[in-house]
Amino acid sequence: MKWHVLRPLWVAIGLVGALLVARVFLVPDDFGVHGRNFTYGFYRLSNVQEWKDFPVKYQGREGCVECHDANVETLNASSHAPVECENCHGPGAHHPDDIESLPLDTTRQLCLRCHAYLEYPNSARGSLLSIEDKRHRRRSECIKCHNPHDPKEDMR
Amino acid sequence: MTCSRRDFLKDAVGGTLATVMPLSAFTFLSTAEARTAVEESKVRWAFLVDTNKCVGCGLCVKACKNENEIPYDAEVTRTWVERYVITKDGKTHIDSPMGGRDGFTSMEVDGEEIDPDNIEKAFFVPKLCNQCDNPACVQVCPVGATYQTNDGVVLVDRDWCIGCGYCIMACPYGVRFFHPVHKVADKCNFCYHRISKGMEPACVECCSFGARRIANLKDPDDPVTKIITTERVAVLKDEYGTKPHVFYLGLDANVR
Amino acid sequence: MPHDIIVHGIEWTVKELFVYPNEYIYWSIQIVMYPYMTGLVAGAFVLSSLYHVFGLKQLKEIAQFSLVFSLALLPVAALPLLLHLQQPTRAMEPLLTPHFTSAIAAFGIVFTAYALIVLSEIWFVYRKYFVEQVHALKNKQGLSNAMSRLVYRALTIGAYDVSDDAIRVDKKAATVLAAIGIPVACFLHGYAGFIFGSVKANALWMSPLMPVIFIMSAVVSGIALCMLTYIIIREWQAFRSRRHGGLLEAKEIKGAELDVIDTAARYLLGFLVAAISLEMLDLIFRGYTAMKSWDILRSVMYGKDFMNIFLLQYTLGNLVPFVLLLLPGRTLKRTVLALLLVLFGVFMMRWNVVIGGQAFSLSFSGYMHYEIPIIPHSVETFKEGVFGALTVISVPFILFWIINKFVPSLQREASGE
Repeated sequence: MKWHVLRPLWVAIGLVGALLVARVFLVPDDFGVHGRNFTYGFYRLSNVQEWKDFPVKYQGREGCVECHDANVETLNASSHAPVECENCHGPGAHHPDDIESLPLDTTRQLCLRCHAYLEYPNSARGSLLSIEDKRHRRRSECIKCHNPHDPKEDMR
Repeated sequence: MTCSRRDFLKDAVGGTLATVMPLSAFTFLSTAEARTAVEESKVRWAFLVDTNKCVGCGLCVKACKNENEIPYDAEVTRTWVERYVITKDGKTHIDSPMGGRDGFTSMEVDGEEIDPDNIEKAFFVPKLCNQCDNPACVQVCPVGATYQTNDGVVLVDRDWCIGCGYCIMACPYGVRFFHPVHKVADKCNFCYHRISKGMEPACVECCSFGARRIANLKDPDDPVTKIITTERVAVLKDEYGTKPHVFYLGLDANVR
Repeated sequence: MPHDIIVHGIEWTVKELFVYPNEYIYWSIQIVMYPYMTGLVAGAFVLSSLYHVFGLKQLKEIAQFSLVFSLALLPVAALPLLLHLQQPTRAMEPLLTPHFTSAIAAFGIVFTAYALIVLSEIWFVYRKYFVEQVHALKNKQGLSNAMSRLVYRALTIGAYDVSDDAIRVDKKAATVLAAIGIPVACFLHGYAGFIFGSVKANALWMSPLMPVIFIMSAVVSGIALCMLTYIIIREWQAFRSRRHGGLLEAKEIKGAELDVIDTAARYLLGFLVAAISLEMLDLIFRGYTAMKSWDILRSVMYGKDFMNIFLLQYTLGNLVPFVLLLLPGRTLKRTVLALLLVLFGVFMMRWNVVIGGQAFSLSFSGYMHYEIPIIPHSVETFKEGVFGALTVISVPFILFWIINKFVPSLQREASGE
């Protein structure tokens, strides 16, 4: 047996060795099987915390009421009570520091999301109080006449 | 069911680890450690969509994009709302312009005017990631950059994803896409940063009609879990064996 | 929308009817190129092994060439994947944290293993030549000679024993490697088929036949490309020696030997028949079982993609060359035409699988059309466009030209055999 035959094999083994050494430096320490099994739970553990730390933007009505209790009270008593403040006012978690981050939407287009009449039988949409966009004061913003915090108090 | 499931998981973890461990020199947890990890979780997140209640306002899509920093005008979205209009001639008209981000304010479906008298039924169907029990997207990830957490949510590791797109191809529901800024795979994660703090996902919070709700299936007292376990719910594309965990009330046979 | 925010896929995807909002043609031309180039590698290697393992003496010449050419093709099988990745700098991760439940995870390992086999085989075949070069260059002056000698010294990996015994061992090792190489080459490519065939979400791809179909068409395209390149290079050499009045020695030029071509063509036809039969079986089975997806598949295959599938792939790419190769009185020109058509047919097959599989929505209610970017206006549209594909195609020829400077696969009696 001529031993030179094995030279390519040494080269191959050298490459595998280099890869294994590289793994030690390049693979994060917490990479491995952490969940159910290798198929669904092979990952870098610290990524879970990274996702948990993703910044929250929508704070919810409980956040708004701390300062804007009067408005929230009016809203809660109205037929718009189910509508979240932030649906119209924008995500509020950062606005005390950065007022620019609160883009109040007062457009007709926003109201039409629910109140444009779609003649859909047996759909919840069909039963909402609504207007025909093309017929009802086309050029005007809804809030000129309607108060979104208390829509029953109709014409201002 | 719950009991046998746990036993099954134990076996699955043990068995798979035993098969896979010799394959390479990874830093695996021991079987015992992995078992503890599985048993520790008292949460299994699931979602309930009531299609009867959805009116197609699209505020959930808007909230999702803002909350999860998906560029607002980019034509990809973690959640979307589909409109189905079934006419009397048996045809199904479907659309979801911009994923329903701006709501549905016109009778036109995909540019086609539909005569209201000709409509048999019409409804809206919100879609999002199903956080499957057997996620096909996770199975095919070549580098372990997407995975299922112990509470059932599938996450994407933005620092490890190579952007091959195999997970996008593998998902039967089309919920995955390439994030236009980060250039990695992206998808709905039930607002993991919110639900892990006890908050609701942004889409749930912004839904005024209760069409979207989040549930912890492992908590028998959870009101939404009660609905899922006691009422007749359906899931999307059961045939792929992915065991989706977004449950639907009032799901129509025409829904794709 | 700011200009730098562009959704991947939006620039070449045209949607029709209802398509889920996140659906685009995510896998475009580079993923067509990937199985195509891998197939050429596998096919070229199988052709060379027909000589090295099965001792088909008629194929000796083309076998040596195919072996070296398969090495030139090898890096190019990985290049499309690299160009396709959204995070190309993380391309090594499948080797660092391979998730073996993914069909892609093993690519790096299989690919590297295969590369090592090809390299070792070439080393065994040409080791004697390398050693001879080291000795021949020893007494020559000049920097370029010194450089060449250095390269050859590296190529010998320090094994200078060229006794008869040693050469016999070399030959044996080359044969063993060629034998191991066949299943590995088939695995490398069958596994590319598995990447597609195992995607259960895709109605067109999901089929257990996919890996086998891929292997068959791979061998077809590999043999065709080797034959074609071989003929062209041989004819070019003959032409050049005629023009310069004997730049190369007259006895070396026989033109493209027709018996080599004949034998290779016979194997080509065999694999072609196997490939077409399997594809037909797949198609008939889908039509007969008519699962939920059949309605949309039929509308794509018999409607939107009819031209691509039945005219370009099956007729022009399979049937026509089949007839051209079988009809008696075959000339070299006709063979070249047939080979070109075969290569085109296999390319169309890859196209129809990869692009065709994304031609319909997961909702089964809409379609997507791929408009391949021609004039690039960004890195993205270059990589995933015509020019990206042309880059991939041209690299193996450049590589072959470079490799051939050190490993003369086209010179007779250069190797130790």
